[in-house]
Amino acid sequence: MSATPITSSLLSSLQRLIGPVNQRLLALLLALSLLFATTAGPNMFSAGSLRSMAFQLPELGLLALAMMVPLLSGGLDLAIIATANLAALTMAWVLTHGLPNEPGLAWALWQVGAVLAGLTVAAAVGLLNGYLIAHLRVSPILATLGTMTLVKGIAVGLSRGGVISGFPSPIVHIGHGTVAGVPMALLLFIAVAVPVGIWVARSPLGLTIALVGSNEQATRYSGVDTPAVLMRVYLTSSLLAAVAGLVMMARFDSANAAYGESYLLITILAAVLGGVNPMGGFGRVGGLVIALVILQLISTAASMLDLSQFLTLSIWGATLIGVAGTSALRGWWLRQRLLRA
Amino acid sequence: MADFLRGWRHSQELRLLAVIAAMGAVLAVVTPGFASAQNLMDMLTSSAFTGILAVGLLVVLIAGGVDISFAATASITQYVALTLANQGMLGWPGVVAVAIGLGGLLGVINALLVTTLGLSSIIVTIATQSLFYGLLMTFTNGQDIFALPDWFNAGLHWGIHVDAQGGEQALNLQIVLLVVVGLLTSWLLTRTSIGRQVFAMGGNPEAARRIGFPVFRLNLLVYGFMGAVAGLASLVHAQLVQSVSPSALVGRELDVLAAVVLGGASLNGGIGSVSGTLLGVALLAVLQNGLTLLGVSSYWSQLCTGSVIIAAVVMMAHQQQQTIHRKKAALT
Repeated sequence: MSATPITSSLLSSLQRLIGPVNQRLLALLLALSLLFATTAGPNMFSAGSLRSMAFQLPELGLLALAMMVPLLSGGLDLAIIATANLAALTMAWVLTHGLPNEPGLAWALWQVGAVLAGLTVAAAVGLLNGYLIAHLRVSPILATLGTMTLVKGIAVGLSRGGVISGFPSPIVHIGHGTVAGVPMALLLFIAVAVPVGIWVARSPLGLTIALVGSNEQATRYSGVDTPAVLMRVYLTSSLLAAVAGLVMMARFDSANAAYGESYLLITILAAVLGGVNPMGGFGRVGGLVIALVILQLISTAASMLDLSQFLTLSIWGATLIGVAGTSALRGWWLRQRLLRA
Repeated sequence: MADFLRGWRHSQELRLLAVIAAMGAVLAVVTPGFASAQNLMDMLTSSAFTGILAVGLLVVLIAGGVDISFAATASITQYVALTLANQGMLGWPGVVAVAIGLGGLLGVINALLVTTLGLSSIIVTIATQSLFYGLLMTFTNGQDIFALPDWFNAGLHWGIHVDAQGGEQALNLQIVLLVVVGLLTSWLLTRTSIGRQVFAMGGNPEAARRIGFPVFRLNLLVYGFMGAVAGLASLVHAQLVQSVSPSALVGRELDVLAAVVLGGASLNGGIGSVSGTLLGVALLAVLQNGLTLLGVSSYWSQLCTGSVIIAAVVMMAHQQQQTIHRKKAALT
C-alpha cells in the first residue's frame, strides 16, 4: 500500500521480466543459499569456494545450453557429449601436430585454426543431425541416438580409445586461468550464454524455434521453412557442444572419446529444472542458468559436508522431482479452489 | 495363414529377419566359427541380459512412455538380492523373489511419479535414475561384490547335449529366462485383455481414459513390470559375469532403447512386438559377434553399430512417410 505507483509499476515490470518460473527458481536458490550458509560451515561462501564453483559450472552449463536449443524446438540432442569429445579430440590432434615451437603469430594462428577445425567437425555432425531430423523425418531422439553411437565410434576408432594431451599455454589458460579473479571458463560461458539467451528470446529465428516447438505443422502451414529452422537448431547445438568440448579439454588438460558421458542426462535434468518445457516451445536461458547455479550449489555444499558425489546426483534427481511435485500440488490445489468457488 | 503372411510382408520383423539371415549366411561362409552351436549358444547367453531388458522396455514404449531408470533399478536389485544371498538368507527362489519384488517396487515408484508429476516419462525416469543410482553408489561406496555363493556361481543347467567334438551345450539360466520372459510378455500383450488395453493406452491415452480403461492402474502395471523384468535381468547378468558391480549397468540404457526401436517399436506408443524387439537385439548381437570373428578391431565396432542404427531409423522413417502419403492418397 505504501509503495508509490512508480515503484509498484517498476516492481511489476521487473516481475514480468523475470517471469513466474524464474521467480520460483530464484526463491529456491535463495532458500538453499540460506540453508547451506547455516549448515555447511563458514567456508560455503568463501572466495575460494565461490571460485571453485565458478570453475566447475561452465562445462555442464555449455552442454546444457547445447541441449536446451533442441529442447525448445520440441526435439532432443543425445549426441552432444559425443560431439564435444570428437571436437575436442580434433582440436587436440591439431594442437599436438605441427604447432610451431616458438610463440609468435604462426603459433597463435595455429591454435585458432585448431579450434576452428574442432568447430568444423562439430558443424558437420550438427548438419547430419539436422538433415536426418528435418529432411528424412527421423524422430530427434532416434536420429541423435544413432549419431551419438556413430560419432563416438569415430572418436574411439581414430583415437584408439586413448588420450591426447600436452597443450600450449593459451589453451590451458581457458581451463585454469583467471581474468581479474574470474575464471576464463566462466567468462567464456557468459560470452556464449548471453548471446544465446538474447537469440532465443528476441531474435526472429529464436521465436520461430519456439513456434516449431509448440506446433511444427502449424508453423509449416503458416509459411515458415521449418526444415531450415531445424537444421539451424541442430547446427547450433553441435557448435555449443564443441565449445563445451574445448572447455572440458582445457580443464582436464587432455581429450578422450569418453569424457563427461554421465553429463548427458544431467543436461536434460538441468534444462527441465530451469523451466524448459521438454515438449518444446517454452524456456529461457535465464532459468537454465539459475537451475545450473542451484545444482552447483548443492554439489559444493555436499562436498563441504563430506557427502559423496553420488549423493549429489541423488539430490539433483530429487530436486527435479520435488520442484515438479510442488507445481503439480499447486495446480491441484488451484483446481480444487476453483471447483469449490 | 495368407492374412498372416500378408501382414508380415511389410513388417519390420521380416526385414530384420532378412538382414540377419543375410549377415548370418555371409558370416557362416567367411568365418568357420560363426555357425557352430557353441558360438550361437554363447551369443544367446551373452545377449540375454539386453534381450530381457528390451522386452520390458518394449512394454513401456507400447504404453506410450519411456523408462531410462531400468539400469539403475537392475543395479539395485542385483546388489540387494546377492548381498542377502551372501549372508546365507536366500536360495534361488528367494533371490528371484527379492529381485522381482524390489524391481517391481521401484517400477511402481516410477509409475506414481509419471502419473502425478505432469512431466513426460523420459524426464521423470532420468530424475529417478539419478536418484536410484546415486543412492546405490552412496550406500555401497561403489564397491564390487566378487565373492558370490557357490550355488549361484554354478548356475542352472538343463538338457545337456554333447556334440561330436565333446563340447557340452546346455540350456542355461540366461537362455531359459530370456525365452520365458519373451513368451510370457508376448502372450500378455497379444492374448490378454490387459495387453490390448496397454496397446490402446499407448495409441491414444485420452481415448483410452474416456472409454473407461483404468489408465492409472495400467501405468502401475507397465512400469512395475519393467522394474520386475529389470530385476530378473540383473540376476542373469550377475550370474554371467560372476560378480556384482554397482556401476557396471548404468549407462547402457540407450543401447537397449536402440535395440527396441530397431525392432520396430514406436516412441509414440501403441506399436511394437516382442518378436521384432528380440530380432532387433539379435541384429546388434550378430553384428558385434561377426565383427569380432572377422577380426575387426574392437575400436571400430561402435562405428559399425552406429551406422546400422542410423540406416535402420532412416529406413523406418521413410516407410512411415510412405504410409502417411498412401493414407493421404486414399483419402483424396
